[in-house]
Amino acid sequence: MEVAAAKLIGAGLAVVGLGGVGAGIGNIFASMISSVARNPAAAPNVGLFMWIGFALVEAVALYALLVALMILFIF
Amino acid sequence: MAGPLEQFQIHTLVPIRIGGIDASYTNSALAMTVAVAAATVLLTVSMRGRAMVPGRWQSIAEICYEFIASMVRDNIGAEGRRFFPFVFSLFMFIVLGNMLGLIPYSFTFTSHLVVTFAMAVTVFVGATIVGFVKHGIGFFGFFLPHGAPWYVAPLLIPIEILSYFMRPVSLSLRLFANMTAGHTMLKVFAGFVVALGLFGFFPLFFVIVLTGLEMLIAFLQAYVFTILTCIYINDALHMH
Repeated sequence: MEVAAAKLIGAGLAVVGLGGVGAGIGNIFASMISSVARNPAAAPNVGLFMWIGFALVEAVALYALLVALMILFIF
Repeated sequence: MAGPLEQFQIHTLVPIRIGGIDASYTNSALAMTVAVAAATVLLTVSMRGRAMVPGRWQSIAEICYEFIASMVRDNIGAEGRRFFPFVFSLFMFIVLGNMLGLIPYSFTFTSHLVVTFAMAVTVFVGATIVGFVKHGIGFFGFFLPHGAPWYVAPLLIPIEILSYFMRPVSLSLRLFANMTAGHTMLKVFAGFVVALGLFGFFPLFFVIVLTGLEMLIAFLQAYVFTILTCIYINDALHMH
């Protein structure tokens, strides 16, 4: 197999992990919505952790993107 | 026309050689200078009036102060006050660096791994030194949490050590990847605007929305970097 074709397949495979990230982000916001629906007064406290959790999960998405870009352009 | 990755190139503005080292003033250094100057001007000029009831600019400066002060207080506690200048400078530097990169034709200095890694290593080494100064050799007890049974120790301690050393890696990589990926996407869709000609308002609308998202992410990533710094300092001061 040529290197260019293998690179494209590798980059495509690297992005498959983003499905888990989508599930994770949806999980964070789903639990935020349901906890605010149960107890609206807790919204500021929980909202803080929601943003931190969102940033951490999104970082994993960017690690996958980084690996895909590394495969495409560096190797 | 330039490609989407050319925005990350470093151009030398003032060539300086010290010994054998290239210490030139680059566009990255210019962006850092602008960020520091903007933070300094914002905080000193707006507080000049020292009004009891703050006006608009003084409110902004006071909100920035209170935001970071409450973060340090909540996450480190009363002993955290001596770290407040460092945490505040770190937050203002990163948030202004991220935001200034959104201005067209400017440079995002946090989009270079060497810059974010330098900041992350500073935080990591600093927190480790704080831990050793406070607890002495007992800081190694950090890797075996209290209440863990003795028989999981051979498995738990290497995992804890590995995850401790992953801290600067993840801290730097998170900020770097967010900035690089976000700004690359902005430039790619901006290229579509020109390429589509008459139908260019679809990608133009998307670029507008994406710029808004990038502003949110610029602030959020600075906030996450800072709050993780506070958590690592807290870990060093009060082990677990």
